Amino acid sequence: MVTIEQETRSSNASGDDEFALRVEDLKVYYGTPRGTVKAVDGVSFNLKQGERFALVGESGSGKSTLAMAIMRLTREPGHIAGGHIYLNGRDVVDMPEKEIRSIRLREMALVPQGAMNSLNPVMRVGDQIIDGIMDHVLPGESPPNKSEIDERIHDLLIRVGLDPNVARLHPHELSGGMKQRVAMAIAISLDPNIIVADEPTSALDVVVQRQIMQTLGRLQEGLEAAVLLVGHDMGLVAQFADTIGVMYAGKLVEVGSVPDVFKDPKHPYTQLLIESLPSFDISRQFVGIPGMQPALLNLPPGCSFNPRCPSVHERCFREVPAFLPIDGRGVACHLYDETVIPAQTPVIPAKAGIQRDEEVTN
Amino acid sequence: MSEFMRLDHVTRTFGGGAFSTKPPIVAVDDVSISIDEDEPKITTIAGESGSGKTTLARLLMGTIKPTFGTMYYRGNDFSKLSRGDSWKFKQEVQSIYQDPFGSYNPFYKVDHVLETPINRFKLATSRTAKTAMIEEALAMVGLQPGDTLGRFPHQLSGGQRQRIMVARALLIKPRLILADEPVSMVDASLRATILDSIRRLNREIGISVIYITHDLTTALQISDNILVMYRGSVVESGAVERVILEPKHPYTQLLIESIPQPDPDNKWGDEPPTPRFEDFSSMFGCKFADRCPHVMDICNEEQPPGYRLEQHRQAQCYLYQDEASEMEDPDLASIFQDRRAELNV
Repeated sequence: MVTIEQETRSSNASGDDEFALRVEDLKVYYGTPRGTVKAVDGVSFNLKQGERFALVGESGSGKSTLAMAIMRLTREPGHIAGGHIYLNGRDVVDMPEKEIRSIRLREMALVPQGAMNSLNPVMRVGDQIIDGIMDHVLPGESPPNKSEIDERIHDLLIRVGLDPNVARLHPHELSGGMKQRVAMAIAISLDPNIIVADEPTSALDVVVQRQIMQTLGRLQEGLEAAVLLVGHDMGLVAQFADTIGVMYAGKLVEVGSVPDVFKDPKHPYTQLLIESLPSFDISRQFVGIPGMQPALLNLPPGCSFNPRCPSVHERCFREVPAFLPIDGRGVACHLYDETVIPAQTPVIPAKAGIQRDEEVTN
Repeated sequence: MSEFMRLDHVTRTFGGGAFSTKPPIVAVDDVSISIDEDEPKITTIAGESGSGKTTLARLLMGTIKPTFGTMYYRGNDFSKLSRGDSWKFKQEVQSIYQDPFGSYNPFYKVDHVLETPINRFKLATSRTAKTAMIEEALAMVGLQPGDTLGRFPHQLSGGQRQRIMVARALLIKPRLILADEPVSMVDASLRATILDSIRRLNREIGISVIYITHDLTTALQISDNILVMYRGSVVESGAVERVILEPKHPYTQLLIESIPQPDPDNKWGDEPPTPRFEDFSSMFGCKFADRCPHVMDICNEEQPPGYRLEQHRQAQCYLYQDEASEMEDPDLASIFQDRRAELNV
């Protein structure tokens, strides 16, 4: 279970082995000529060993930036502006690049988005898997010999559900699903205990998507690894994850167990997200969430969701909501902060504050 | 009934020429369908990538020719059309593509894509008539001419660009629109408006629509009929709500089961098998036999014929050989006919 911010802050920074990954008040900013874009702005969560955590949000919510920051793969003009990322107890934020390289693949591995573009087109699949293994041989450790390598590749390909003969093929000879399996084989080649999967099945057909997610689940159970799944498909989250974190405009707005959040979403954004899911119910109209996510350079004052929120009230324009613990979950919304304003009594009538996108009203 | 287009046992293969070491890839395998003009409908062609759905659409568009079989346009053999008929065909069949940006030349204002077909097909006699036509078409798809005309493509949102493409298709007054994944690159919140404008073209103006997609949820929402393709064959077809809500072919069942339902209490079953043969040209029988949970001996011997399971549904599967009769005419027109009267639409 993901514990919430308050608990995280009070916990000791060093050697807490219960969590595979602890992210504390992480800030990732991009310096642009027009100002600083706060792509990830004060996000905290914990990930236990063996837990499957899904981070959802629309494009631009900062979920991929967060995943890349955890892998320490943030590129210019982005930089980690504050906070901590504890990986198996060690803070990686200020770790030198050389040390990070010895952790990647051994402790944390990335299953990238669109494996078709992340494989080298002129290298055989087997060679690409060896590449990762050889590149992460620790100093003083003897590199594996030829027969060990062959055995390792054979074993990895079988584990991801591929024929061992695939090792001799080039990426263009593989289908999209097979390429994604190769990317998974590379990711698990050194038995990491944290797997970051950034939209691993976008652009794949539903049946292949299901097979890839189920394979990933099987690998995760075998390694007893923690998985951070980044995506926008709530269906996949419901099928795969134990816990869910909903991001909006760079902040986590709700965190909780998957059954709890799907049954009883607290944050108005999560509620709309779940209501707008397509279904096979013919009588239901296809609804979207009105409006668009605000530009991160130009966030509205107060809660970033206030232009689209159906239960917006006066306080939402003044104050950024704190992340509050409720019922073993966490939510960042003034509706649940009963100390100041009783919940469910919006000062401004519902819907009044919605600035509908012209596309929707047209 | 007057028949607009008909594919008669059409097969299309790629590659595998005299000097090729590999067998040809069969993209569309012996498909017969017809599109009727009097009863314009929205027909979905669904299937995974490589199932042949886009090839089938390109055949209907006339951009590629069948390897075997014949294609008819208003009763005439498509390969022997006269110049005039060929010109008319280009006017009567229009398409909307997946990428709402790729369809525009970024150096021209969006007016260009709307004016070109009018000029090309000489649809308007005067400048005022042309403007009126464009404005009418934009209104039909729910756009304000003032917001869109005179702008460059990059100044418009993806949803607006895609709706201008719908307006363009509409200007030419086609009889058939082929929409190839028209909403897969558009934000979810704008999908509804685009699908709605496509539906209005069908319901209000009576244009037949072929909607190509892998998204069965939107297929159920807008279409009347569906063809499910797998490895080039139409494995199941019929009334959309019957096929999607109660799939009969094991492939359709797998497809629908695999849609990730946003319900933590309703999880996927066991991991389905991956295809044993990537190259299915060597398979004699049913092309789904290597993955099918109900596979029988006969499935590996001969390709199953279509069985008529209900008045408005057929499936190519031996599971139904005892309970249903073989389709006499493989043309799916009889499956799709007369649905309007029945549904009181």
